[in-house]
Amino acid sequence: MASNLSDRTIPRRIFLALDVVFLLFIAAVTLYPIIYVVSMSFSDEVAAIQNKVWLLPVNPTLEAYKNVFQYPGLLRSYGNTIFYTIAGTAINIVFTMCAAYPLSRKRFKGRSVFSFLIVFTMLFNGGMIPSYLLVKNLHLLDTRWAILLPGAINTWNMIIMRSFLQQLPEELEEAAKIDGCGDLRLLLQIIIPLSIPSIATITLFYAVAHWNSFFQAMIYLPRAKDLRPLQLILRDIVLQNQTDSMITSASQDVVGLSETIKYATIVVAVAPILCVYPFIQKYFVAGVMVGAVKG
Amino acid sequence: MKTAVSVSAGLRERRWKKTMHEIWRDRVLYFLFLPVIAYYIVFRYAPMYGVVIAFKNFNVYDGIAGSPWVGWANFAQFFKSVYFTRLLKNTLGINLLDILIGFPAPIIFALMLNEIRNVMFKRSIQTISYLPHFISTVVVVGMVVNFLSLSTGIVNNIIEACGGQRVYFLTEPNYFWGIYTTMNVWKGIGWGAIIYIAALAGIDPTLYEAAIIDGAGRWKQTIHVTLPGISTTIVTMFILKIGHLLEVGYESIILMYNPKLYPAADVFSTYIYRVGLASSDPNYSLATAIGLFQSLIGLVLVVIANRLSKKYSEAALW
Repeated sequence: MASNLSDRTIPRRIFLALDVVFLLFIAAVTLYPIIYVVSMSFSDEVAAIQNKVWLLPVNPTLEAYKNVFQYPGLLRSYGNTIFYTIAGTAINIVFTMCAAYPLSRKRFKGRSVFSFLIVFTMLFNGGMIPSYLLVKNLHLLDTRWAILLPGAINTWNMIIMRSFLQQLPEELEEAAKIDGCGDLRLLLQIIIPLSIPSIATITLFYAVAHWNSFFQAMIYLPRAKDLRPLQLILRDIVLQNQTDSMITSASQDVVGLSETIKYATIVVAVAPILCVYPFIQKYFVAGVMVGAVKG
Repeated sequence: MKTAVSVSAGLRERRWKKTMHEIWRDRVLYFLFLPVIAYYIVFRYAPMYGVVIAFKNFNVYDGIAGSPWVGWANFAQFFKSVYFTRLLKNTLGINLLDILIGFPAPIIFALMLNEIRNVMFKRSIQTISYLPHFISTVVVVGMVVNFLSLSTGIVNNIIEACGGQRVYFLTEPNYFWGIYTTMNVWKGIGWGAIIYIAALAGIDPTLYEAAIIDGAGRWKQTIHVTLPGISTTIVTMFILKIGHLLEVGYESIILMYNPKLYPAADVFSTYIYRVGLASSDPNYSLATAIGLFQSLIGLVLVVIANRLSKKYSEAALW
């Protein structure tokens, strides 16, 4: 918007002041719950149970974190989540590229038919039960593959990737072909290096989704407790009050102790994402924009 | 006559050869695509076949193909049960609230942000606003449940500090829709605003200059330039919303609700989950029938919304 003189009128100034207050309010409402969680996790359990924590930690202590890391299965689930995130994202990227690259080339015959059949799966799907029965019949239930394979391609991400690849000029390919470059070399040495920013974008989309996912694990790993990801353990600690099992006495501060443990667990789960998201958000924004243009 | 036939046959043959030649030339593309075809057949289309159990009395021993057909019995059972109206009411109610509050919220946020000239301030607010999008459902629900807890929740602490009575937020059905909507606005406002912010940035600056020359003030510029500039985006997003009118973010509800909240919180997907997966005596066929009903209505809604939007505006999904 061109800056213009109307910025200096009094009603305009009042509006801008209110606008700034409004936006600061949104920011405060967004941040406060997170600050509160962090403060609770570092607070003394007695202060927490007496509801003395409002903004900053009261009688700071690391007690809750000590207990969190002693929670049975937590470290293991953390390892599982790291595995699912890395292996799952790798599978995602390979499959997504295998779909997006051919579909982005005009010379790929049948691409409109394939595109339709793929987009159709976004509009209509078998649903929760048939998908579950499929995983069960393939004997994938309670295996790591149940987490890695069913979501190997996220159709939306694939379409975003295809749009990115369509933007690469066709001449580039023709020039490489004239120089005697085969399709595979073209993909590996020209297309992929040129698409690093877009691959980074969908990598992050997939990785964050893996890190945060719990529902697949909840239905596909009914018995394999050893394979469960962090989010499921988190659910047990934060939502189901199972912390009681690790505390022997039934005294008053049991509730308080479990309070701070809940918050400390949240911090442990969210910290990696909070640390990286300011640096990766621009890639996400790029992906959302391409999706919007094409959507 | 004879020569004409052989000429066209020759032409067809030559075209066929050319096609085959091109496919062979691009064989790497087709080879790369094979696992993709396999994936979509196995993990996306096979479950669509599995939907037939909605018309069967499925049991594990006979499998999908062997179980006996029962026609529309599962659907009849569902439509006659008390759950049908309850689920429909909750699903539509929650989604209506989402359309009334959750849909405009990012648009208003984007418009308000768009008025700010200070780039640093703008960017900081935007970055903060994305944050909740990256936080997992489990954590967000965990925060909501703990914040609303009767004895130690911060919300009740604040209410008490202001002289009010502590409220049973998570056992009183009347509060559920409000809690759920608030949670989703918190999680989605910044992220949802991204595409509107992009659309706003894409508006041709000369349109504003022309409006200023025509004597339009800020308010008129907003009405005549800004809003028309993002209307296509708004319509597109609205179509997407309509298509999901029977879907609710069931993952968060499954984590949040308890039997006391069922009257307000139970939606199609949560009920499907309870009947088909979380039950000790799962009824796969009934659950699949409910799921099929839900997806079919969803499909019809998307098609209708898309047709309407093609008719009344430029925006359409296909």
